[in-house]
Amino acid sequence: MNALFAAAGIDPWIAICSLVTVVITVGMGFWTAGKSKSAGDFFVAGRSVSVGWNASAISGEYLSAASFMGVAGMVMLNGYDALWYPVCYACGYLFLLLFIAGPLRRFGAYTIPDFAEGRYDSPVFRKIAVCFVLFIGFFYTMPQMKGAGTTLAYIFPGLHYSVGVIVVGAVITLNVSLGGMKGITLVQAFQYWLKVFAITVPIFVLASLVGHYQQHLQANKTAQETVAAAPAGIERKALTPKAPKDEQWIAPFGSLTTKAVDTAIKAAKTPEEKAALEANKKPYSLLYTYSLIIALVCGTAGLPHILVRFYTNPDGVAAKRTTMWVMILIGVFYVFPPVYGVIGRSLMPELYEAIGSKGTDKVVLELPTLLAGRDHPVLGSVLSGITCAGAFAAFMSTFSGLLVSMSSALAHDIYGRMLKPDSSPEQRLKAFKWAAVIIGVVSVGLGTQVEKLNINYLVGQAFAIAAASYFPLLFMSVWWRGMTMKGAATGMLVGGLLALGSIFLTTLSDVYAVQSLADLWVAHPLARILCEQPAIWAVPLSIILMIVVSKATASTIPADVRMKMLVLHAPEALGLKQEYIKEHEGLGGH
Amino acid sequence: MRDQLKLSIACALCFAVALVALPLLNYYQPAFMAQRVFGFTLTWLILGVLFFPFVWIISFVFIKRSIALEDAEAQAAKDGLIK
Repeated sequence: MNALFAAAGIDPWIAICSLVTVVITVGMGFWTAGKSKSAGDFFVAGRSVSVGWNASAISGEYLSAASFMGVAGMVMLNGYDALWYPVCYACGYLFLLLFIAGPLRRFGAYTIPDFAEGRYDSPVFRKIAVCFVLFIGFFYTMPQMKGAGTTLAYIFPGLHYSVGVIVVGAVITLNVSLGGMKGITLVQAFQYWLKVFAITVPIFVLASLVGHYQQHLQANKTAQETVAAAPAGIERKALTPKAPKDEQWIAPFGSLTTKAVDTAIKAAKTPEEKAALEANKKPYSLLYTYSLIIALVCGTAGLPHILVRFYTNPDGVAAKRTTMWVMILIGVFYVFPPVYGVIGRSLMPELYEAIGSKGTDKVVLELPTLLAGRDHPVLGSVLSGITCAGAFAAFMSTFSGLLVSMSSALAHDIYGRMLKPDSSPEQRLKAFKWAAVIIGVVSVGLGTQVEKLNINYLVGQAFAIAAASYFPLLFMSVWWRGMTMKGAATGMLVGGLLALGSIFLTTLSDVYAVQSLADLWVAHPLARILCEQPAIWAVPLSIILMIVVSKATASTIPADVRMKMLVLHAPEALGLKQEYIKEHEGLGGH
Repeated sequence: MRDQLKLSIACALCFAVALVALPLLNYYQPAFMAQRVFGFTLTWLILGVLFFPFVWIISFVFIKRSIALEDAEAQAAKDGLIK
């Protein structure tokens, strides 16, 4: 058996750990399938998920391939600036907790489009909201699929990229269509704990053998230090040519945020031009940092597949408690991926020479194999197997959450509300299953097309679009009585579409090498930064538009807005609770 | 509702001040932020490690106060009904 594995170039431990993860996921899917019966179970898990389970499940869903593999790779590649990603991914939840979680749950809808329609009594608005759910969902799905494809190709060298995409897509689609929201709640909760185990245990073992986080960080010299003062016992491999220099890597405003200006400096012809650009470098990178922070913090509070989970809580207080626990659970997780990046920089600098999934992005999977060269061959393989299992859990759980939210949008909003409003709960349940299959197939199709794109880059784009569309919508609708449907729709559409458009421009020039755009970026590095990170202008623009248009159309404020605000904000104990979608009436009545 | 919003905004401001201040400190005081603390640079320690517990504290305080406010509101409404 071992000889067989060795001949194929496969590490048996890695293969076994990954296989076990997939088998447990499928097994749990079948086990819970028998428990999910009603339509409510499928869409919102019967609104009865306890705080502990729901917090684990939300965390499991949130920690995607980008978090598990991408963050470590980004920190290794870009140093300090990339730390904003894990921090803002985790802390963005605070905005969700402070402004959105409780009221949104109290409204008692099934999906975000439900909320959009219910708050403004406008079926048109539901259609707009559905489009955004599907759109952001697919944007977020592509990187998960890419993660699946590259990880499987890493485990089984020689396997084609698309095999991983198809296998993972099929497994999750089966799970979701069997158990719906209730089914995946259990699986995602399990996958959260698996991911925490998979990220912490290998790094603790590694750190105890090759040196700790801060020791490896100390081996990188800052601009103030003349020599790197590596502590005793910490060895470090020489950096390869493509690796960033120590003082840039460890300090803020490094390669990630100054890339646009650096490109322009390279292309500048006269020394005066160069000097002028050089002077702008730091202010621009500060702007980039702020824009990135806004995109990540506001984007977290506007991701539809995360928001939909709050409806599975029994009440608003539980929704708030859940959010607090989610912040603790994901915060604990996000401390660790940067450790892989830091140790990877010291001990595996050869990864800098390749790009993306063949380079720094695989540092989490590759780092434990170091131990094989240090007289611990089996331990190295086992730990690498554990991180591979964690990676599997990461993209499977996130994809299953996305699949549920997009299937709900299709089955509940499009089929149940627009195409066939008089359909029975049974019909809608069937529609959910069909929707899951359709979305699953489309996702696999899209996934096979994105092999060349960077995981983090795609996720970052989804965040920026959510920040400029859903976040302003939810924030303003929940807290401002004066909002009208026209105001909300204008702000959301203009903000979201402009953010999308500008991101599309940067993708166009990067992936398809459009020369005229590349020239434009060189001439105006500021324009490049504002297009790559649009949140700093798109979010305020969206909110201002909402206010201006709402003021202009103030006559169309829903007549019962006082009652709506009461439902959103009054504690359940007051007895004002009205589930927007009532369970006993099936899905139809409200 | 107004008290809830006030509480939310106070907590959000606390968080926003930290988010705005850290890049500014990095910008204007690079040498100070680059000094070594337990092997980390000061700014790395703040962002990579200390930021998480800071946010947990804010959220814990918010939850406690927010639930207390709701209870008070519910109590006030009940008393109002009895009278």
